[in-house]
Amino acid sequence: MSDALNELGAHIAAERTDCVIAWDVTHGELNLDVAPANIAGLVDFLRSDKTCRFSSLVDITGVDYPERPKRFDVVYHLLSMYQNHRIRLRVSIREDDMVPSIIDIHPSANWFEREVFDMFGILFSGHPDLRRILTDYGFRGYPLRKDFPTTGYTEVRYDEAEKRVVYEPVSLVQEYRQFDFMSPWEGAEYILPGDEKPEAS
Amino acid sequence: MDGSKGFQDALTGEQKIRNFNINFGPQHPAAHGVLRLVLELDGEIVERCDPHIGLLHRGTEKLMESRTYLQNLPYFDRLDYVAPMNQEHAWCLAIEKLTGTQVPRRASLIRVLYSEIGRILNHLLNITTQAMDVGALTPPLWGFEEREKLMIFYERACGARLHAAYFRPGGVHQDLPDALIEDIDQWAQEFPAVMDDIDGLLTENRIFKQRNADIGIVTEDDILKYGFSGVMVRGSGLAWDLRRSQPYECYDEFDFQIPVGNNGDCYDRYLVRMEEMRQSLSIIRQAIAKLRVEKGDVLARGKLTPPKRGDMKTSMEALIHHFKLYTEGFHVPQGEVYAAVEAPKGEFGVYLVADGTNKPYRAKLRAPGFLHLQAMDHMCKGHQLADVAAIIGTMDVVFGEIDR
Repeated sequence: MSDALNELGAHIAAERTDCVIAWDVTHGELNLDVAPANIAGLVDFLRSDKTCRFSSLVDITGVDYPERPKRFDVVYHLLSMYQNHRIRLRVSIREDDMVPSIIDIHPSANWFEREVFDMFGILFSGHPDLRRILTDYGFRGYPLRKDFPTTGYTEVRYDEAEKRVVYEPVSLVQEYRQFDFMSPWEGAEYILPGDEKPEAS
Repeated sequence: MDGSKGFQDALTGEQKIRNFNINFGPQHPAAHGVLRLVLELDGEIVERCDPHIGLLHRGTEKLMESRTYLQNLPYFDRLDYVAPMNQEHAWCLAIEKLTGTQVPRRASLIRVLYSEIGRILNHLLNITTQAMDVGALTPPLWGFEEREKLMIFYERACGARLHAAYFRPGGVHQDLPDALIEDIDQWAQEFPAVMDDIDGLLTENRIFKQRNADIGIVTEDDILKYGFSGVMVRGSGLAWDLRRSQPYECYDEFDFQIPVGNNGDCYDRYLVRMEEMRQSLSIIRQAIAKLRVEKGDVLARGKLTPPKRGDMKTSMEALIHHFKLYTEGFHVPQGEVYAAVEAPKGEFGVYLVADGTNKPYRAKLRAPGFLHLQAMDHMCKGHQLADVAAIIGTMDVVFGEIDR
């Protein structure tokens, strides 16, 4: 299985030297790092090339790495029902970068790109209808970014006096608990007060 | 013409007919949940269809980032709540792929058994409620009786009728008692008669055929363009089934057929679902036959799974391990994987990015219904308003998984 994937990866890298930054096969899956500007061309190539035939788009999603200068990864999963193999494309972008939309090649990218925009605030150039999709009408912020709190900023309730649904800032009776189960001698980066070790001089 | 602008016949000479916009849902019995469709109608013909989703959005993916791998498992029951265990399966497969865990054979067989029960659960609900959408009331009443029996099998295996949390990374939570296996076998012998009853109600039913045949035709081109999977693909004649083409678990040792349709319309998809239930039944019986012989442990004992109860009474290490597992959870090595299963609705996938800690860095749930619903506009265009309900039904949408 991974031999075939290695062959396929080498084939793609040889055919499209300008697009592929790096490729590898890990856990039996083929990964390709792609330059943002070339993603649409590469997806089109992968669809039409005889040995690839990645004709269906499985998934588009984002991953947020706030500590990196190129903050987001946009990840594409493609599947070939004819050749029976899968591929993963990764595009790293900065926060203010735009990614070319692949909606002309795969119309199914429409909602996926809307979702990535909704959740991460990544803009797709050439998308005809980049509205929010999963969050509330009039929602602000990008929930799946790592700096967005899990509780969010607003909460809604039905107000009996005003006879309508009102939006209010979140007020929690108890702080939302993010448990830290890491044992202090294994991986914690902080030191609890009183636990400081004397400086080894 | 709503008459709000006054009657201007004398001025224009000809009445201008404006298209009619209606809201379908979010509280519509045929919307299968909280779907809001904005439909633009020309008379009774649908010109444009804009689905508004997200009314059941719970932020599962965000919540998963702050919970341990094991705590995240029950969220999968709440995605497609019609066939809960099939989703858990994808999550377990993703973790097992990253950690390189080998599932014991008995656990693998139990997983197959319950995945197929889930498939029947789903298809029973889908076929019968789709029939209800097009005007038949009896099928859901008959189908739900069988679903009830299957849910009792769920309950007897894991204690919960719906939110099972039964598949665990490394196996399944508890072993099945022998009596349960015999009862499932008993049910599997009785079920074909019920299938024949539903078959007799629907397959040659004049109204059912008129409402479904030639409605919502899907071509091979549509499948590729809109990323369909599952029955939506097989109904159009492509024999694509992940259980066969990319076998996971121990599906490769089971003998089953993949039914395909001919015309790709709603009626063919109904027939495919009926046949799939019969095939699932055959897999269930094969799995039962194997389970009778195959005894042994149901969890790959190790870091991912709790120690045996008996060990905890005598071994200090086992007790520590148990405590650490259920507080800190297990760590998954750094990496990213995509694991997919053939859920009853199509390809359900999990894209898991692990950073080496006890919580997933990012987990993306790829729901089949999301893509199917996306093609709503394409499929409804040119159909009548009444066909919209039939198309929603045949797409098999459940909002737990679409909105996540």
